[in-house]
Amino acid sequence: MTSAIAPAPSGATPEGGSGRAATVEFVHVTKHFDSGARWSGTPGALNDLSLKVPAGRICVIVGPSGCGKTTSLKMVNRLIEPTSGQVLLDGVDIESRDVIDLRRSIGYVIQQTGLFPHQTVIENVAAVPRLLGWPAAKRSARSEELLALVGLDPAAYGTRYPAQLSGGERQRVGVARALAADPPIMLMDEPFGAVDPLVRERLQQEFLRLQRDLAKTILFVTHDVDEAIRLGDQVAVLERGGRLAQVGTPEEVLANPASDFVARFVGADRGLKRLSLVRVGQLRLREPATARVGEPATSVRDKVTGAFPYVLVVDDDGRPIGCADPDQLTGDGSVTASGLVPASPVLTPDTTLRDALSMLLTAQALAGVVVDAAGRATGVLTIDEIGDWFRMEAGRLRAGPSGTGMPAVG
Amino acid sequence: MMEGLIDIASWLLHPAHWSGPDGIPARAWEHLALSSVALLLALLVAVPLGLLIGHTRRGDLLAINLANLARAVPSYAVMVMALPLTLSLDPRNGLTIYPIAIAMVLLAIVPILVNAYTGVRDVDRELVEAARAMGCTESQVLRQVELPLAIPVIVGGIRTAAVQVVATAALGAILGYGGLGRHLIDGIARREYDRLWAGVILIAGLAILTEVLFADVQRRLTSPGLRIARTGAAAEASEPR
Repeated sequence: MTSAIAPAPSGATPEGGSGRAATVEFVHVTKHFDSGARWSGTPGALNDLSLKVPAGRICVIVGPSGCGKTTSLKMVNRLIEPTSGQVLLDGVDIESRDVIDLRRSIGYVIQQTGLFPHQTVIENVAAVPRLLGWPAAKRSARSEELLALVGLDPAAYGTRYPAQLSGGERQRVGVARALAADPPIMLMDEPFGAVDPLVRERLQQEFLRLQRDLAKTILFVTHDVDEAIRLGDQVAVLERGGRLAQVGTPEEVLANPASDFVARFVGADRGLKRLSLVRVGQLRLREPATARVGEPATSVRDKVTGAFPYVLVVDDDGRPIGCADPDQLTGDGSVTASGLVPASPVLTPDTTLRDALSMLLTAQALAGVVVDAAGRATGVLTIDEIGDWFRMEAGRLRAGPSGTGMPAVG
Repeated sequence: MMEGLIDIASWLLHPAHWSGPDGIPARAWEHLALSSVALLLALLVAVPLGLLIGHTRRGDLLAINLANLARAVPSYAVMVMALPLTLSLDPRNGLTIYPIAIAMVLLAIVPILVNAYTGVRDVDRELVEAARAMGCTESQVLRQVELPLAIPVIVGGIRTAAVQVVATAALGAILGYGGLGRHLIDGIARREYDRLWAGVILIAGLAILTEVLFADVQRRLTSPGLRIARTGAAAEASEPR
């Protein structure tokens, strides 16, 4: 198993957690549901799955329905026992551990149906601490801490029941509940599947923000390739029959699909998907010719170069006002704020290349202005730079270790 | 018609009928004592059994078929069938209290058992699995998740059983046990129709009171979270985020 994913740096002390995380490893795990029959192609079956998830990382298991992704998840907390093979946590076979203790040390998040409707939000979050016998005061303190962590005001939400929450709020409570006893491992089965796309995107962002602090080992199941790419440090693609088709970083899977199946599954737009992994700030941006209002037009005209044949007019603080066509800066006059082409689209270093490209196409512009947090222009991004990035990546991937991201199954 | 109603009312209000061993309070007490004991015995048998069958899903076919069979036998027939046995075991009370008690317990077991079983069985499997996944033992799954979620259905069964038991306790008077059935049976025997109808009204009233009481118990034992979920108050939940 060669993967480019390194374990998270140890010694990090995240808020709300002790920072412990564990490696999770599947060793030749096979599961047949049609006991006795030789063919293992029933939905949910697994065929010789070997996969190692480094401590503190997110591994997204993605695949079509019936590919066994949920089965693989449920094997980690022994809701399903393998027909053959082993699951190791920190190198220890989970079969050797007490199943109740094991489960209490693993967070589990499923779609919103997983909250107990007869318990308040606080009681739901405190479920595992209650099983562990924590005193009541410690339980409620921990519940309130976690609700705040997932962005819910404990005073407003603590005494509500799940039926009084929106879909997105339920998911937050679900995540808080799974984190309650600070487990080193989290299993998440399509946790954001039941909310609308806008809420889903926000939950995903907050999930990543949480994970930056908590650094849990997370196995995350989804059928949504975009979600897998957005969230995964590592993406494992399963195909029907429960065979691991490919595992690697999102970039590896998108750039070099290991098989026709993976290529089809990640989609014909996998080039665009790769763009969503890169942010504008990661590129070397072009320095545009800039001018301030009142500067002599002649000197400005000379600064213009071929790649971005405009002058970016900025105010005294360096914030973009608009773009001027150098040919229209005639005579010996000075640069004025009137008659400028709007400087759009405006991009930030955090904008993904995919969004940037979309904004460029929508604005029918060849370039967008990149501004920093204070709104000052720091450069321009042209469609050419996006093309250059692809060429550079292709070279980097060719130069990289061959076989990276290939499946570990023989 | 009107005269009849006045006769019944005056029988009910006559002070002599509110005292002594054959008075309304004494008979009502006998009625309730027998009903309570029968219901309690049925609860002790049917609730644990129903929960166990619902949780393990073992023996469910057998239990449900037996329950339906029991439902098909009239209580009066049960009393008559039990009579020889109870008489031989206890010649003194074997005639009066035991046959009716057995019939009532059997009668009550059926709805309690069926509801306890189906209530637990119908709890969302995802919730049960979520409970297991977080490390609940089997008994914790039952006590902390299945039981509270099934409570409305389980108490519904107890409520049905209680009403049936109170109504059926009147049969006890046939074999010489007291209770409010005494007025009914004696009314027929003595052709005192005001007494007969007063008995009917008292028994029906007691059954209705039982129904109201258990409906309240059911409401109190059900988690507010389930009531909200059922009445669709989710609509008044906070703004979608």
